[in-house]
Amino acid sequence: MTLVEGVKKSFETKGMRLLLLLVTLGVVATFLRMFKGLGGMTNLTDDYPWGLWVAVDVFSGVALAAGGFAITAAVYIFNMKKYRPIARPAILTAFIGYSIVVIGLAIDIGKPFSAWHPIVMWNHRSVMFEVVWCITLYTTVLLFEFAPSFLERVKWDGALKVVKIIHYPLVIAGIVLSFLHQSSLGGFYLIAPAKLSHLWWTPNVPYMFYLSAIAAGLAMVTFEGIVSTRGLKREPETDIMIGLGRGTRIALLVYLVAKFADMTYRGNWQLLFAWDKASIFWSAEMLIGVILPILLLSVKSIKESENGLLTTSILVLFGVVFNRFNMTFFTQSTGVEGFYFPSIWEMFVTLGLLAAIVMLYRLAVMHLPVFHEGPLNR
Amino acid sequence: MTTTAQIAQKGVLVDLTRCIGCRGCQVACKSWNERSVKKTINRGEYTNPQKLNSDTYTRIEFLEGAFGQAPAWHFIKDQCMHCKDPACASACPVGAFKKLPNGPVTYDFDKCIGCRYCMIACPFQVPKYEWEKRIFPWVRKCTFCSDRIAENLIPACIKVCPTKTMFYGDRDAVVAEAQKRLADNPGKYVNHIYGKEEAGGTSWMYISSVPFEQLGFNMKIPAKNLPDNTWAMLREIPVKVVGFVTVLSLIAIFRNRGNGHNAESKHKEEN
Repeated sequence: MTLVEGVKKSFETKGMRLLLLLVTLGVVATFLRMFKGLGGMTNLTDDYPWGLWVAVDVFSGVALAAGGFAITAAVYIFNMKKYRPIARPAILTAFIGYSIVVIGLAIDIGKPFSAWHPIVMWNHRSVMFEVVWCITLYTTVLLFEFAPSFLERVKWDGALKVVKIIHYPLVIAGIVLSFLHQSSLGGFYLIAPAKLSHLWWTPNVPYMFYLSAIAAGLAMVTFEGIVSTRGLKREPETDIMIGLGRGTRIALLVYLVAKFADMTYRGNWQLLFAWDKASIFWSAEMLIGVILPILLLSVKSIKESENGLLTTSILVLFGVVFNRFNMTFFTQSTGVEGFYFPSIWEMFVTLGLLAAIVMLYRLAVMHLPVFHEGPLNR
Repeated sequence: MTTTAQIAQKGVLVDLTRCIGCRGCQVACKSWNERSVKKTINRGEYTNPQKLNSDTYTRIEFLEGAFGQAPAWHFIKDQCMHCKDPACASACPVGAFKKLPNGPVTYDFDKCIGCRYCMIACPFQVPKYEWEKRIFPWVRKCTFCSDRIAENLIPACIKVCPTKTMFYGDRDAVVAEAQKRLADNPGKYVNHIYGKEEAGGTSWMYISSVPFEQLGFNMKIPAKNLPDNTWAMLREIPVKVVGFVTVLSLIAIFRNRGNGHNAESKHKEEN
């Protein structure tokens, strides 16, 4: 069965057809965005120029795709052989994730056909400039890190050799680029100390974003590992998942300590006791997304069971997404009446992008040697 | 040939005690910049439109209230502050915003990609977007009539004001004038020049007879250049890259040593 025949066959299931439908709806909504402009189909306003697409497709998407650098660091830099089987799936998730982020960005900006401008028009004082460059470079790195899976399937040995030679430099470049843009996504908010509550704003916000991204990446790899294993009826990789759970707990602890230390050093605890919207949302984010998972992952029966690991990873993912949402929206809501809620078309675009991620992941693991046992060919 | 040192940065002092709320500035600005109108609703007050928008670069806010003891009606002119070190100019990834040596912060549509980060960055909530435009949406804001002052004319709003609410000149002279008015009229003005230090100093400054926070001015803007916050992080990048690459390489070499050796001995064992 050729690759093309295999892909066609994959769309014979109801699940894949539903995903394809969602992707199609997203494409339709994207066409609408092109023909009616942002004002014609989104609920974005001067008060809320950044909405669902920025909060989910860009900020959350990048945090959730952090498994790429986390696992490649573990496997190739730290030589933790136990995690080798999940290196390719992690790279796949990250590659698909970042590609979708880039597409989401192109849809969100007001002039998509000018998206190439940052390549030749430079502003070295701009965080956005640095992030655009890092994400572009990192997506390219991910392409080459993922390439062996594809090249092995089409048996292109020449290209395979080249890619293998540059493997270690790629991994190091990927980790460094990830550090830069994961932290710079937090850096976006450095310009707005008067707008964002200092429960979140600190000069150290880049480090907060980086640490939480590590936790999010590990949680995402855990989540996707357990779900895909169950959904695709593969052998459970419980040992690996337990190890990831340990790593997630450590990452969360480091993040928690860093956050508390920063709050203390900057004297911001009094903001918590204001019990306004900001402090309630911040508390929920820390309790549900950080403290609760740490506690749960300290209980033997939870941290060593797949269900327990699945639950805690969902909590962590929720916490990080919630954090990105909070920062995006609280920055904009300061001194503004009224609120923002995404339009149905905005939701179609985001749903389409999310469906595309699941769809492409499934196609890849079915027909390419992503899992250690090879393509699933089903 | 004039050098940057010889071009003095222009400034404007908005003396809020002089404004009578005629909105000649609002009209003159629209006229000069060929802006259109947006549909609004009658909310039973004079302030219209409710906020700046892509067609309204300046507007007067009408505030009725009990300020101190006597009820009063205050009029506040709102427009881009043309900061000395603008957050928008530092935030824009393609450098579409520029602080000109003579004062105005200008916008270059040809560079703009429409990311709207400038709108997030501006502490004064100034840049507005042309959401309704499909193909070429601009970011819109007061231009300080940079085209007029380049020809030694004064900005449209200032030219048209019947009560000389705005005092236009070199920024240093404007600050001096503000300080003179505060000193010469004890009790008349609140002892603060809004914009002198806020966001590291802006070209447009205000003096008022009523505390600024009562007029809706944002008092939480720090007295330092906002771009410094971002630059503090960005300028560390080269060092961090070099450090990270070095550390990762060393760890990789150290942790992966013996990989080839182990494979060799395993091979021998299997034979």
